Amino acid sequence: MANGASNSMNVKLALAWAFVGIPLAWGIITTLINALALFQ
Amino acid sequence: MVAGAATTTGGGWFARERTVAGPGFNRWMVPPAALCVHLCIGEVYAFSVFNKPLSLLHATTGADGVKVPGADDWSIASLGWIFSIAILFLGLAAAFGGTWVEKVGPRKTMAAAAALFGGGFIVASLGVAWHQLWLVYLGYGVLGGCGLGLGYISPVKTLMSWFPDRPGMATGMAIMGFGGGAFIASPLSVWLMGMGGVAFAFVVLGIVYFIYMMVGATIVRVPPKGWLPEGYVAPKQSKGLITTANVHVDEALKTRQFWLLWGVLFLNVTAGIGVLGQASLMIQEMFPAVTGADGVVTAGVTAAAAAGFVGLLSLFNMGGRFFWASTSDYIGRRNTYMIFFALGIVLYALVPTTGQMGSIVLFVVFYGIILSMYGGGFATIPAYLKDVFGNQYVGAIHGRLLTAWSAAGIVGPSLVNYIRQYQIDSGVAKADAYTVTMYIMAGLLAVGFVLNFMMKPVDERHHMEAEPAPSRA
Repeated sequence: MANGASNSMNVKLALAWAFVGIPLAWGIITTLINALALFQ
Repeated sequence: MVAGAATTTGGGWFARERTVAGPGFNRWMVPPAALCVHLCIGEVYAFSVFNKPLSLLHATTGADGVKVPGADDWSIASLGWIFSIAILFLGLAAAFGGTWVEKVGPRKTMAAAAALFGGGFIVASLGVAWHQLWLVYLGYGVLGGCGLGLGYISPVKTLMSWFPDRPGMATGMAIMGFGGGAFIASPLSVWLMGMGGVAFAFVVLGIVYFIYMMVGATIVRVPPKGWLPEGYVAPKQSKGLITTANVHVDEALKTRQFWLLWGVLFLNVTAGIGVLGQASLMIQEMFPAVTGADGVVTAGVTAAAAAGFVGLLSLFNMGGRFFWASTSDYIGRRNTYMIFFALGIVLYALVPTTGQMGSIVLFVVFYGIILSMYGGGFATIPAYLKDVFGNQYVGAIHGRLLTAWSAAGIVGPSLVNYIRQYQIDSGVAKADAYTVTMYIMAGLLAVGFVLNFMMKPVDERHHMEAEPAPSRA
């Protein structure tokens, strides 16, 4: 029972971090690609 | 790590009682909730992508394919006020709304911020569609600005209550999101404008930001009264600047420490925001592009490369928020600001030398570190306030301190623009026009160093009476 609750919390945790992490990672990668122009 | 028993005692979904964490709740759920809000409101840093399209709403295309503004098109100068009004209302909402935030808790505040920020975009879209600039000012500037202010301070105290062992890192994560919001907003806005114009982009952004911020409001939780992380022992006695007492928000304004910290934030932000706004122009003028006979750029920095440089600075600004705030948990807030000011003085003073040396790499590295400390200043200040004034009213005190940001937002860019123009008008070469500016910024940081050095613990007569500070957001 406790394991089930813990697993459920872990899934929520992963989803929550993905929800904010994926857009942020996309933004950072896009910015880095644009920043490469400085070194070309 | 895991919270104790919940205490849910009625009230609506927005009520603070409904946000008290139940058994098994993991405190690492709270940073994503804060990031949901800060990643959205960080859009304000990317608002400049709308300026040009907004200035050409009624434009005609000339024979050479270049767009010519219509007679009733808005000027860039008048559009600049949208951002300024938003920052002004950010400061006002944070200052005057802080006490309300303390009272109602993070969920209601986040929801209000979502409604104001998302709704502000919708009102602004009507202003664009009907070509009424005052509606854009009202929508994005006033309503959106209030959403920015409330959203900015909404998760700060909650995060520090969940992470009393690492308050700098906790708030650094959220405030890092504010720095990172522009990375998402900038390309997203350009893409949306390409699909359906500015009004369409505003509507979509308003809806998306509202939903995203409401997710944050849904998952945010406050710890049960008296909760502490496993293995963490709360300090029993004040040590150095770190107090175990609490100072009421109204009383905090009567202390010398509040105004010293106001000055510290103001000077750190003034220096950073001043050069951030001029970064693109500065690198192009200090390292002018040299084009060979075949039309290929052989040296210096082009406009495209300068845009890349600004993006890179934003990354340093964002990374610095997490890095410096987390570092402050180990070396102390006062020492962290000492580094900002001392290292900042050296770097600002050396930037003109990098131009004379023709070293773009050194210029970029120095500038990057400067911007990391600019962001770090924002992210470290909530934990500094908690150390000095206690946790109970830290959200409201932080809100009032953010007026320093509004003031710096006006002073910093004006100072840099004015000095640059004065230098050029006096016959100084463009490449050298920033030398004096940099030395003045270094001087401002020297004043900040002194103010930070003067920080002492708050006198006991300002402390609130008795009840030991419970860890409740």
